[in-house]
Amino acid sequence: MLSQKTKDTLLGPLNANNPVVVQILGICSALAVTVQLKPALVMGIAVTIIVAMSNVIVSLIRNTIPMRVRIIVQLVVVAALVTLVSEVLKAFAYDVAMQLSVYLGLIITNCILMGRLEAFAMTNNAWDSLLDGLGNGLGYALILVIVAFVRELFGAGQLLGFQVLPQSWYAAGYENNGMMLMPAMALILVGCVIWAHRAYNDKEKK
Amino acid sequence: MEHAISLFVRSIFSDNMIFAYFLGMCSYLAVSKNVKTSAGLGVAVTFVLIVTLPVNYLLQKYVLGPDALVAGLDLSYLSFILFIAVIAAIVQLVEMIVEKYSPSLYASLGIFLPLIAVNCAIMGGSLFMQQRIGLPEVDAKAITSLLDAFMYALGSGIGWFMAIVCLAGIREKMEYNDVPKPLQGLGITFIVVGLMALAFMCFSGLNI
Repeated sequence: MLSQKTKDTLLGPLNANNPVVVQILGICSALAVTVQLKPALVMGIAVTIIVAMSNVIVSLIRNTIPMRVRIIVQLVVVAALVTLVSEVLKAFAYDVAMQLSVYLGLIITNCILMGRLEAFAMTNNAWDSLLDGLGNGLGYALILVIVAFVRELFGAGQLLGFQVLPQSWYAAGYENNGMMLMPAMALILVGCVIWAHRAYNDKEKK
Repeated sequence: MEHAISLFVRSIFSDNMIFAYFLGMCSYLAVSKNVKTSAGLGVAVTFVLIVTLPVNYLLQKYVLGPDALVAGLDLSYLSFILFIAVIAAIVQLVEMIVEKYSPSLYASLGIFLPLIAVNCAIMGGSLFMQQRIGLPEVDAKAITSLLDAFMYALGSGIGWFMAIVCLAGIREKMEYNDVPKPLQGLGITFIVVGLMALAFMCFSGLNI
Protein backbone atom coordinates (compact mmCIF):
# COMPACT_ATOMS: atom_id res chain seq x y z
CA MET A 1 0.00 0.00 0.00
CA LEU A 2 2.79 2.38 0.94
CA SER A 3 6.05 2.69 -0.96
CA GLN A 4 9.30 1.75 0.78
CA LYS A 5 10.31 5.38 1.31
CA THR A 6 7.07 6.47 2.96
CA LYS A 7 7.16 3.35 5.09
CA ASP A 8 10.64 4.29 6.29
CA THR A 9 9.55 7.84 7.04
CA LEU A 10 6.64 6.60 9.11
CA LEU A 11 8.06 3.55 10.86
CA GLY A 12 11.78 4.38 11.10
CA PRO A 13 11.34 6.66 14.14
CA LEU A 14 9.53 3.92 16.04
CA ASN A 15 12.62 1.78 16.47
CA ALA A 16 15.85 2.27 14.53
CA ASN A 17 15.73 6.06 14.57
CA ASN A 18 13.71 6.65 17.74
CA PRO A 19 13.73 10.33 18.74
CA VAL A 20 14.08 9.63 22.46
CA VAL A 21 16.49 6.73 22.83
CA VAL A 22 18.60 7.21 19.68
CA GLN A 23 18.57 10.92 18.95
CA ILE A 24 18.12 11.91 22.64
CA LEU A 25 15.56 14.61 21.90
CA GLY A 26 12.60 15.65 24.02
CA ILE A 27 13.94 14.14 27.20
CA CYS A 28 12.64 16.79 29.58
CA SER A 29 8.97 16.00 29.27
CA ALA A 30 9.59 12.29 28.67
CA LEU A 31 10.98 12.04 32.18
CA ALA A 32 8.62 14.34 33.99
CA VAL A 33 5.21 13.04 32.97
CA THR A 34 5.86 9.32 33.32
CA VAL A 35 4.91 8.75 36.96
CA GLN A 36 1.54 7.44 35.79
CA LEU A 37 0.37 5.91 32.54
CA LYS A 38 -2.55 8.26 31.90
CA PRO A 39 -0.69 11.59 31.70
CA ALA A 40 2.04 9.85 29.70
CA LEU A 41 -0.52 8.64 27.16
CA VAL A 42 -2.13 12.07 26.90
CA MET A 43 1.28 13.71 26.53
CA GLY A 44 2.26 11.24 23.81
CA ILE A 45 -0.93 11.89 21.86
CA ALA A 46 -0.61 15.67 22.29
CA VAL A 47 2.98 15.67 21.06
CA THR A 48 2.12 13.42 18.09
CA ILE A 49 -0.68 15.76 17.00
CA ILE A 50 1.46 18.86 17.44
CA VAL A 51 4.52 17.46 15.63
CA ALA A 52 2.40 16.27 12.70
CA MET A 53 0.42 19.53 12.41
CA SER A 54 3.40 21.84 12.78
CA ASN A 55 5.38 19.77 10.28
CA VAL A 56 2.58 20.19 7.73
CA ILE A 57 2.15 23.92 8.36
CA VAL A 58 5.87 24.72 8.23
CA SER A 59 6.29 22.52 5.18
CA LEU A 60 3.52 24.44 3.39
CA ILE A 61 5.00 27.84 4.15
CA ARG A 62 8.66 26.78 3.93
CA ASN A 63 9.36 28.71 0.73
CA THR A 64 8.09 32.00 2.12
CA ILE A 65 10.04 31.95 5.41
CA PRO A 66 13.18 34.13 5.35
CA MET A 67 16.16 32.08 6.53
CA ARG A 68 17.27 34.48 9.25
CA VAL A 69 14.03 34.55 11.20
CA ARG A 70 12.96 30.96 10.60
CA ILE A 71 13.40 29.86 14.20
CA ILE A 72 11.03 32.54 15.45
CA VAL A 73 8.47 31.69 12.76
CA GLN A 74 8.67 28.00 13.67
CA LEU A 75 8.34 28.80 17.36
CA VAL A 76 5.23 30.90 16.77
CA VAL A 77 3.58 28.14 14.71
CA VAL A 78 4.34 25.60 17.42
CA ALA A 79 3.28 27.92 20.25
CA ALA A 80 -0.08 28.56 18.57
CA LEU A 81 -0.70 24.81 18.20
CA VAL A 82 0.33 24.11 21.79
CA THR A 83 -2.03 26.82 23.03
CA LEU A 84 -4.87 25.20 21.07
CA VAL A 85 -4.12 21.74 22.44
CA SER A 86 -3.81 22.96 26.02
CA GLU A 87 -7.13 24.85 25.81
CA VAL A 88 -8.83 21.71 24.44
CA LEU A 89 -7.31 19.61 27.22
CA LYS A 90 -8.39 22.10 29.87
CA ALA A 91 -11.92 21.92 28.52
CA PHE A 92 -12.26 18.15 28.18
CA ALA A 93 -9.68 16.59 30.52
CA TYR A 94 -9.06 19.16 33.22
CA ASP A 95 -7.44 16.87 35.79
CA VAL A 96 -4.90 15.52 33.30
CA ALA A 97 -4.12 19.05 32.11
CA MET A 98 -3.42 20.02 35.73
CA GLN A 99 -1.20 16.96 36.21
CA LEU A 100 0.84 17.87 33.14
CA SER A 101 0.98 21.52 34.34
CA VAL A 102 3.96 23.34 32.85
CA TYR A 103 5.12 20.38 30.81
CA LEU A 104 2.21 20.93 28.45
CA GLY A 105 3.55 24.41 27.71
CA LEU A 106 7.04 23.02 27.45
CA ILE A 107 6.04 21.07 24.33
CA ILE A 108 6.96 24.35 22.58
CA THR A 109 10.59 23.90 23.51
CA ASN A 110 10.55 20.14 23.01
CA CYS A 111 13.62 19.45 20.90
CA ILE A 112 11.77 16.85 18.81
CA LEU A 113 9.63 19.58 17.34
CA MET A 114 12.43 21.96 16.44
CA GLY A 115 14.57 19.06 15.28
CA ARG A 116 11.92 17.70 12.90
CA LEU A 117 10.99 21.16 11.63
CA GLU A 118 14.60 22.05 10.89
CA ALA A 119 15.72 18.70 9.57
CA PHE A 120 12.65 17.52 7.69
CA ALA A 121 9.77 19.95 7.19
CA MET A 122 11.96 22.77 5.83
CA THR A 123 13.06 20.59 2.89
CA ASN A 124 10.20 18.16 2.22
CA ASN A 125 6.62 18.35 0.95
CA ALA A 126 3.56 18.39 3.17
CA TRP A 127 2.53 14.72 2.84
CA ASP A 128 5.98 13.35 3.72
CA SER A 129 6.21 15.84 6.57
CA LEU A 130 2.89 14.62 7.95
CA LEU A 131 4.13 11.01 7.95
CA ASP A 132 7.44 12.01 9.46
CA GLY A 133 5.67 13.98 12.21
CA LEU A 134 3.33 11.09 12.99
CA GLY A 135 6.21 8.60 13.08
CA ASN A 136 8.32 10.72 15.42
CA GLY A 137 5.40 11.54 17.67
CA LEU A 138 4.52 7.87 17.99
CA GLY A 139 8.15 6.93 18.61
CA TYR A 140 8.19 9.44 21.47
CA ALA A 141 4.84 8.19 22.81
CA LEU A 142 6.10 4.60 22.72
CA ILE A 143 9.02 5.32 25.06
CA LEU A 144 6.79 7.37 27.36
CA VAL A 145 4.33 4.51 27.64
CA ILE A 146 7.06 1.94 28.34
CA VAL A 147 8.62 4.04 31.11
CA ALA A 148 5.26 5.03 32.61
CA PHE A 149 4.06 1.40 32.53
CA VAL A 150 7.04 0.25 34.61
CA ARG A 151 6.88 3.20 36.98
CA GLU A 152 3.16 2.98 37.70
CA LEU A 153 3.08 -0.81 37.94
CA PHE A 154 5.97 -1.12 40.37
CA GLY A 155 5.57 2.24 42.08
CA ALA A 156 1.86 2.09 42.85
CA GLY A 157 0.68 -1.35 41.76
CA GLN A 158 -1.76 0.32 39.39
CA LEU A 159 -2.24 0.82 35.66
CA LEU A 160 -4.22 3.82 34.36
CA GLY A 161 -5.37 4.34 37.93
CA PHE A 162 -6.81 0.83 38.41
CA GLN A 163 -5.38 -1.54 40.97
CA VAL A 164 -3.64 -4.35 39.06
CA LEU A 165 -1.68 -6.21 41.70
CA PRO A 166 -4.09 -8.25 43.84
CA GLN A 167 -4.64 -7.34 47.47
CA SER A 168 -3.48 -10.79 48.55
CA TRP A 169 0.09 -9.93 47.43
CA TYR A 170 0.15 -6.97 49.81
CA ALA A 171 -1.21 -9.18 52.55
CA ALA A 172 1.63 -11.60 51.86
CA GLY A 173 4.18 -8.85 52.42
CA TYR A 174 4.67 -7.30 48.95
CA GLU A 175 5.28 -3.57 49.07
CA ASN A 176 5.18 -0.86 46.42
CA ASN A 177 8.57 0.43 45.41
CA GLY A 178 8.44 4.11 46.32
CA MET A 179 11.73 4.69 44.49
CA MET A 180 9.90 4.32 41.18
CA LEU A 181 7.84 7.43 41.85
CA MET A 182 10.89 9.63 42.36
CA PRO A 183 12.41 11.76 39.58
CA ALA A 184 15.76 9.96 39.78
CA MET A 185 14.26 6.63 38.83
CA ALA A 186 12.89 8.00 35.55
CA LEU A 187 16.42 8.82 34.46
CA ILE A 188 17.74 5.41 35.42
CA LEU A 189 14.84 3.67 33.65
CA VAL A 190 15.41 5.61 30.43
CA GLY A 191 19.09 4.66 30.72
CA CYS A 192 18.05 1.00 30.94
CA VAL A 193 15.68 1.36 27.95
CA ILE A 194 18.58 2.80 25.92
CA TRP A 195 20.77 -0.10 27.07
CA ALA A 196 18.23 -2.73 26.03
CA HIS A 197 17.51 -0.98 22.73
CA ARG A 198 21.19 -0.77 21.78
CA ALA A 199 21.98 -4.30 22.86
CA TYR A 200 19.07 -5.61 20.77
CA ASN A 201 19.86 -3.53 17.70
CA ASP A 202 23.58 -4.35 17.78
CA LYS A 203 22.76 -8.04 17.89
CA GLU A 204 20.40 -7.67 14.94
CA LYS A 205 23.10 -5.91 12.86
CA LYS A 206 25.46 -8.82 13.37
CA MET B 1 14.15 40.25 51.24
CA GLU B 2 14.25 37.16 53.42
CA HIS B 3 11.69 35.54 51.18
CA ALA B 4 13.79 36.33 48.09
CA ILE B 5 16.90 34.75 49.63
CA SER B 6 14.94 31.67 50.61
CA LEU B 7 13.66 31.41 47.03
CA PHE B 8 17.22 31.75 45.77
CA VAL B 9 18.56 28.92 47.92
CA ARG B 10 15.58 26.67 47.28
CA SER B 11 15.87 27.08 43.52
CA ILE B 12 19.51 26.05 43.61
CA PHE B 13 19.09 22.96 45.76
CA SER B 14 15.65 21.52 46.43
CA ASP B 15 13.95 22.88 43.26
CA ASN B 16 16.96 22.29 41.03
CA MET B 17 15.93 22.65 37.38
CA ILE B 18 17.69 19.48 36.26
CA PHE B 19 17.30 17.10 39.16
CA ALA B 20 13.79 17.94 40.29
CA TYR B 21 12.08 19.07 37.06
CA PHE B 22 14.23 17.72 34.18
CA LEU B 23 14.31 21.09 32.46
CA GLY B 24 16.89 21.75 29.76
CA MET B 25 17.77 18.07 29.55
CA CYS B 26 18.52 17.99 25.82
CA SER B 27 21.37 20.46 25.84
CA TYR B 28 22.38 19.24 29.31
CA LEU B 29 23.13 15.78 27.92
CA ALA B 30 24.46 16.92 24.56
CA VAL B 31 26.94 19.56 25.71
CA SER B 32 28.29 18.01 28.92
CA LYS B 33 31.25 16.23 27.33
CA ASN B 34 33.88 18.57 28.75
CA VAL B 35 33.98 21.03 31.61
CA LYS B 36 34.99 24.12 29.66
CA THR B 37 32.19 24.22 27.09
CA SER B 38 29.61 23.14 29.64
CA ALA B 39 30.64 26.01 31.91
CA GLY B 40 30.18 28.35 28.93
CA LEU B 41 26.68 27.03 28.29
CA GLY B 42 25.86 27.23 32.00
CA VAL B 43 26.83 30.91 32.10
CA ALA B 44 24.80 31.62 28.96
CA VAL B 45 21.70 29.90 30.36
CA THR B 46 22.01 31.76 33.68
CA PHE B 47 22.40 35.03 31.84
CA VAL B 48 19.39 34.55 29.57
CA LEU B 49 17.29 33.36 32.55
CA ILE B 50 17.98 36.46 34.64
CA VAL B 51 17.13 38.70 31.69
CA THR B 52 13.98 36.97 30.42
CA LEU B 53 12.34 35.97 33.68
CA PRO B 54 11.85 39.47 35.12
CA VAL B 55 10.58 40.68 31.72
CA ASN B 56 8.06 37.86 31.56
CA TYR B 57 7.14 38.56 35.19
CA LEU B 58 6.21 42.13 34.31
CA LEU B 59 4.35 40.90 31.23
CA GLN B 60 2.35 38.39 33.24
CA LYS B 61 1.65 40.82 36.07
CA TYR B 62 0.64 43.87 34.06
CA VAL B 63 -0.61 42.53 30.72
CA LEU B 64 -1.60 38.88 30.78
CA GLY B 65 -2.90 38.18 34.28
CA PRO B 66 -6.58 38.29 35.26
CA ASP B 67 -7.82 41.89 35.57
CA ALA B 68 -4.35 43.20 34.73
CA LEU B 69 -4.94 45.18 31.55
CA VAL B 70 -8.70 45.73 31.66
CA ALA B 71 -10.92 44.60 34.52
CA GLY B 72 -12.58 41.28 33.72
CA LEU B 73 -10.09 40.33 31.00
CA ASP B 74 -7.85 37.29 31.45
CA LEU B 75 -5.31 36.93 28.67
CA SER B 76 -3.25 34.14 30.19
CA TYR B 77 -4.07 31.80 27.29
CA LEU B 78 -1.76 34.00 25.20
CA SER B 79 1.14 33.42 27.57
CA PHE B 80 2.80 30.58 25.62
CA ILE B 81 3.14 32.64 22.44
CA LEU B 82 4.16 35.85 24.22
CA PHE B 83 6.70 34.18 26.51
CA ILE B 84 8.41 32.34 23.69
CA ALA B 85 8.43 35.48 21.55
CA VAL B 86 10.03 37.45 24.39
CA ILE B 87 12.61 34.72 24.92
CA ALA B 88 13.47 34.42 21.23
CA ALA B 89 13.73 38.19 20.85
CA ILE B 90 15.88 38.64 23.95
CA VAL B 91 18.19 35.82 22.93
CA GLN B 92 18.64 37.48 19.55
CA LEU B 93 19.28 40.82 21.26
CA VAL B 94 21.73 39.38 23.75
CA GLU B 95 23.55 37.68 20.91
CA MET B 96 23.95 40.96 19.02
CA ILE B 97 25.05 42.90 22.10
CA VAL B 98 27.59 40.29 23.13
CA GLU B 99 28.90 40.09 19.56
CA LYS B 100 29.40 43.85 19.46
CA TYR B 101 30.93 44.51 22.87
CA SER B 102 32.69 41.32 23.87
CA PRO B 103 33.94 39.32 20.87
CA SER B 104 35.90 36.94 23.11
CA LEU B 105 32.80 36.00 25.14
CA TYR B 106 30.88 35.71 21.87
CA ALA B 107 33.48 33.34 20.48
CA SER B 108 33.14 31.05 23.48
CA LEU B 109 29.34 31.23 23.76
CA GLY B 110 28.55 31.87 20.09
CA ILE B 111 27.21 28.49 19.08
CA PHE B 112 25.11 28.03 22.20
CA LEU B 113 23.37 31.38 22.30
CA PRO B 114 20.85 30.81 19.48
CA LEU B 115 20.13 27.32 20.83
CA ILE B 116 19.18 28.73 24.22
CA ALA B 117 15.93 30.09 22.77
CA VAL B 118 14.66 26.51 22.62
CA ASN B 119 16.18 25.39 25.93
CA CYS B 120 13.36 24.12 28.12
CA ALA B 121 14.99 25.57 31.24
CA ILE B 122 14.31 29.13 30.05
CA MET B 123 10.70 28.55 29.02
CA GLY B 124 10.17 26.31 32.04
CA GLY B 125 11.44 29.06 34.34
CA SER B 126 8.89 31.47 32.92
CA LEU B 127 6.04 28.96 33.15
CA PHE B 128 6.87 28.03 36.75
CA MET B 129 7.04 31.73 37.57
CA GLN B 130 3.58 32.17 36.05
CA GLN B 131 2.24 29.37 38.25
CA ARG B 132 3.89 30.73 41.37
CA ILE B 133 2.50 34.23 41.00
CA GLY B 134 -0.90 32.84 41.93
CA LEU B 135 0.31 31.28 45.19
CA PRO B 136 -0.53 32.90 48.54
CA GLU B 137 2.25 35.09 49.92
CA VAL B 138 3.03 32.82 52.88
CA ASP B 139 3.93 29.94 50.55
CA ALA B 140 7.70 29.47 50.37
CA LYS B 141 7.48 29.08 46.60
CA ALA B 142 5.42 32.20 45.90
CA ILE B 143 6.86 34.89 43.65
CA THR B 144 5.37 38.20 44.68
CA SER B 145 7.73 40.89 43.47
CA LEU B 146 10.23 41.68 40.73
CA LEU B 147 13.07 40.97 43.16
CA ASP B 148 11.63 37.51 43.86
CA ALA B 149 11.46 36.81 40.14
CA PHE B 150 15.05 37.92 39.68
CA MET B 151 16.33 35.84 42.60
CA TYR B 152 14.42 32.81 41.39
CA ALA B 153 15.97 33.20 37.94
CA LEU B 154 19.46 33.63 39.38
CA GLY B 155 19.09 30.60 41.64
CA SER B 156 17.71 28.41 38.88
CA GLY B 157 20.54 29.48 36.58
CA ILE B 158 23.20 28.73 39.17
CA GLY B 159 21.60 25.38 39.92
CA TRP B 160 21.65 24.51 36.24
CA PHE B 161 25.25 25.70 35.87
CA MET B 162 26.33 23.59 38.83
CA ALA B 163 24.53 20.51 37.55
CA ILE B 164 26.07 20.66 34.08
CA VAL B 165 29.60 21.30 35.35
CA CYS B 166 29.32 18.38 37.81
CA LEU B 167 28.12 16.04 35.08
CA ALA B 168 30.85 17.19 32.69
CA GLY B 169 33.46 16.50 35.36
CA ILE B 170 32.13 12.99 35.92
CA ARG B 171 31.94 12.29 32.19
CA GLU B 172 35.54 13.41 31.68
CA LYS B 173 36.66 10.92 34.31
CA MET B 174 34.38 8.23 32.94
CA GLU B 175 36.27 8.12 29.63
CA TYR B 176 38.72 5.75 31.28
CA ASN B 177 36.14 3.41 32.78
CA ASP B 178 35.20 0.03 31.43
CA VAL B 179 31.48 0.37 30.70
CA PRO B 180 29.50 -2.48 29.03
CA LYS B 181 29.38 -1.72 25.32
CA PRO B 182 25.64 -1.11 24.71
CA LEU B 183 25.55 1.10 27.80
CA GLN B 184 28.43 3.31 26.67
CA GLY B 185 27.79 6.96 25.93
CA LEU B 186 24.27 8.11 26.65
CA GLY B 187 23.01 5.05 28.50
CA ILE B 188 25.50 5.37 31.31
CA THR B 189 25.12 9.16 31.31
CA PHE B 190 21.41 8.76 32.12
CA ILE B 191 22.19 6.43 34.98
CA VAL B 192 24.84 8.82 36.33
CA VAL B 193 22.36 11.71 36.19
CA GLY B 194 19.84 9.51 37.97
CA LEU B 195 22.29 8.82 40.78
CA MET B 196 23.14 12.53 41.01
CA ALA B 197 19.42 13.28 41.26
CA LEU B 198 19.16 10.77 44.11
CA ALA B 199 21.98 12.56 45.90
CA PHE B 200 20.29 15.91 45.36
CA MET B 201 17.10 14.59 46.92
CA CYS B 202 18.67 14.94 50.32
CA PHE B 203 18.14 18.70 49.91
CA SER B 204 14.42 18.30 49.45
CA GLY B 205 13.58 18.82 53.11
CA LEU B 206 15.63 21.99 53.21
CA ASN B 207 13.80 24.82 54.98
CA ILE B 208 15.20 28.29 55.19
